[in-house]
Amino acid sequence: MKLTSWVLIFLACNLAFSTISAFRLSRSQPTERISGSAGDVLDDNPVGRLKVFVYELPSKYNKKILQKDPRCLTHMFAAEIYMQRFLLSSPVRTLNPEEADWFYVPVYTTCDLTPNGLPLPFKSPRMMRSAIQLIASNWPYWNRTEGADHFFVVPHDFGACFHYQEEKAIGRGILPLLQRATLVQTFGQRNHVCLKEGSITVPPYAPPQKMQSHLIPGKTPRSIFVYFRGLFYDVGNDPEGGYYARGARAAVWENFKDNPLFDISTEHPTTYYEDMQRAIFCLCPLGWAPWSPRLVEAVIFGCIPVIIADDIVLPFADAIPWEDIGVFVDEKDVPYLDTILTSIPPEVILRKQRLLANPSMKQAMLFPQPAQPGDAFHQVLNGLARKLPHDRSVYLRAGEKLLNWTAGPVADLKPW
Amino acid sequence: MKLSALHQSYLNRRRSPLDSSADASSKSFLAVFWLVLHCLCCLISLLLGFRFSRLVFFFLVSTPSSTNLYSPPFRPDLPPPRTDLSPPNATAVEAKTSSSSSRVVVGRHGILIRPWPHPDPVEVMKAHRIIERVQREQKAVFGSGGKSSRAVIAVTPTYARTFQALHLNGVMHSLMLAPYAVVWIVVEAGGASNETASIIAKSGVRTIHVGFDQRMPNTWEDRGKVEVLMRLRALRVVKEEKLDGVVMFADDSNMHSMEFFDEIQNVKWFGAVSVGILAHSGNAEEMVMSMDKRREMVDEEEERSSLPVQGPACNATDKLIGWHVFNTLPYAGKSAVYIDDVAAVLPQKLEWCGFVLNSRILWDEAESKPEWVKEFGLLNENEGVESPLSLLNDPSMVEPLGSCGRQVLLWWLRVEARADSKFPPGWVIDPPLEITVAAKRTPWPDVPPEPPTKKKDQMSLSQGNNVVVIPKQQQQQQQQRSSKVRKPKRRSKRNKHEAKPTDTTTQVSASTKHHQERN
Repeated sequence: MKLTSWVLIFLACNLAFSTISAFRLSRSQPTERISGSAGDVLDDNPVGRLKVFVYELPSKYNKKILQKDPRCLTHMFAAEIYMQRFLLSSPVRTLNPEEADWFYVPVYTTCDLTPNGLPLPFKSPRMMRSAIQLIASNWPYWNRTEGADHFFVVPHDFGACFHYQEEKAIGRGILPLLQRATLVQTFGQRNHVCLKEGSITVPPYAPPQKMQSHLIPGKTPRSIFVYFRGLFYDVGNDPEGGYYARGARAAVWENFKDNPLFDISTEHPTTYYEDMQRAIFCLCPLGWAPWSPRLVEAVIFGCIPVIIADDIVLPFADAIPWEDIGVFVDEKDVPYLDTILTSIPPEVILRKQRLLANPSMKQAMLFPQPAQPGDAFHQVLNGLARKLPHDRSVYLRAGEKLLNWTAGPVADLKPW
Repeated sequence: MKLSALHQSYLNRRRSPLDSSADASSKSFLAVFWLVLHCLCCLISLLLGFRFSRLVFFFLVSTPSSTNLYSPPFRPDLPPPRTDLSPPNATAVEAKTSSSSSRVVVGRHGILIRPWPHPDPVEVMKAHRIIERVQREQKAVFGSGGKSSRAVIAVTPTYARTFQALHLNGVMHSLMLAPYAVVWIVVEAGGASNETASIIAKSGVRTIHVGFDQRMPNTWEDRGKVEVLMRLRALRVVKEEKLDGVVMFADDSNMHSMEFFDEIQNVKWFGAVSVGILAHSGNAEEMVMSMDKRREMVDEEEERSSLPVQGPACNATDKLIGWHVFNTLPYAGKSAVYIDDVAAVLPQKLEWCGFVLNSRILWDEAESKPEWVKEFGLLNENEGVESPLSLLNDPSMVEPLGSCGRQVLLWWLRVEARADSKFPPGWVIDPPLEITVAAKRTPWPDVPPEPPTKKKDQMSLSQGNNVVVIPKQQQQQQQQRSSKVRKPKRRSKRNKHEAKPTDTTTQVSASTKHHQERN
């Protein structure tokens, strides 16, 4: 008798939960929950699972740089700035470093901009090194683990390699002082020097309000098959093609420039966001680096991303099943892109669209201010929480030194 | 600048083997060798220009493969391979690269172009089918706010006459385009005829063809009354068959917009929309005069606008307070009485087409019917049902649709041909028409003979008679050529049938000779 009553209560609770999750859908489109562990991970709440201590660095490392160039707040590398602002007012922050699980160093390495707005990474290694020297000398926590429980946000092209050219970045490698720290970066490519084991890949910053203001009604029929706006040839740096995007973007142009299904061009129209919402597939090919804000925009606007970048590691890959949401095309298969896309069965396409319509997916790609539950900040914290508890080997024995403070190019050792 | 960048990167690459060699003498020899090579390249680039020199050097040094211009770049740039390389498809999340190499190489790659880089029509068709499927899904999800859409039950009173095909085709196309399930109840005065049946059979929607025993009278007033009876007959069909959906009255000469069908899905029990009234008069002069009169009126009293709209009137809080009714004063005494009168045809006070109702109002069981609806089964038709409001006990409970009557979603129009006009039954020319036009008489001799209808118009101006007469002598020849006469009518296929018209011209000229002989 008791068993049946418990079973009934359990069933009632299940029903209640399912209806509650149904009400969470903001739009009336039926969405699909990502089944399995990945779906639940997106909704995890990191509050209470970890504690983060934020170092108080002198303002020359963060605020002064921002004051010099406020463009840093709106470009695609703005994640480092918003991460600090979020952590300062978040409930996971602790003022007591003894009880902290993770330590955050707020240094804006991607805020030295050219007149065009592109960040110059040449001084970033020195700046980072100077910041680490500061915290190593003023607090004991760096030397305790040599940075293994510290995390840094390095959203630049090739992460902590601090260069925009891939060959040079590979040549430099990750900054030696960051070898044990956790890096939160946008760059992700398997078997690449600039992606460390245990890094957390995040999406690039895309302005949430701007995208929200360009939403069109959901019943506008999707009439564009494939949509892309951007460069195919980087005429300034690589006029013949072949270097830029490993020739993939140029291949897209050469093969499909006269194809009516492909709405591709280099013009940047004012209706860019609206057009994305009228397209079924949005191309997200690599550029000089494999990542781009197009992925974020495609997910927000419900356009299935077609990712053309070999070996790319996508944001929050352990929480979001990108295989189920997007279409992956090898760079060598680009000439057959139309065959590949038209041979996808319509049911699969509809399923991908339903998964994309899931609001938790869209939230996970954004950095809204103020922070909202389930957004990219919380996914970063979730990722950090999943790495807890720290391994024993993180804590060094007395006198043990693993980092080489004099490694790296001579120019980097100059004080900043 | 680009030149220096090339040479800089080139020199960078070259520097590493330079550094790695330890022997001093070989070092100097190598240095000289590289210097000479460098000068050679400078000279070549001076002569051939930047791009060609790079191409020349490229082809000289690398080993080109046949299909792929991919050349492996210089390996010293890459880090030494990791010993703990896991197999490429270890993680379930990513894994698309082939097993041959899971490492992406930096450097120059070829631009892969397939042999014929143009759209394949099969792929284009497949893509269009995908687009259609996606759009259908979108409509299903977003179209009516996610609610399931109800069937549209269209009630059309009609009768066989010249303009019936014109009007009925218009309504049919609107119903075929509506993205909802449609049940079309066509009530025909004078009994169900094959004419009407053949027209509505082409619709592809579910049709119910009901015959009504009375013939359609000749005056607009009586016609209106008979139409009311026909509509009530159709509503009785809805009641008996227990059809479920939204009932709308699609008079056969009206024009409906697609938004009308979307809007009427929102009706709960009984709704009203605004109807645009197109009271036209056949006489152009009278139209102009009435327009001038209207302008004078507007100058005098601006408040009393002659907006030709009939529908619900709302106050500021979107509650129904009354009805906008068509102003018939300007047409007093000048409106049409008989169906083929050349004068303005005026609507009733409240036309039926402006109302829509939930079909459950008509059903027998009074389970969820509101109390302000009369029992339809007990309605007495002989009491004079003027407008659908007679079906209600309380006319104030009508829901105004189309943003409270601000949107005009359909137009009311009455256009009919003259009473004595004749037309080929089913609009098929069989038996053959009575007039042929000699090809020689037409202005364009190489074009097939004008269809006899043109001649018909010319004759009607003179005789006022639309009848086409075949002289008995030519009937046989006409029958032979009837198939050929029909084809030249399709002017677009002129190129294909170019051989044939010349045949007919020769034949026709023979007949005219024949004709002239007889004359």
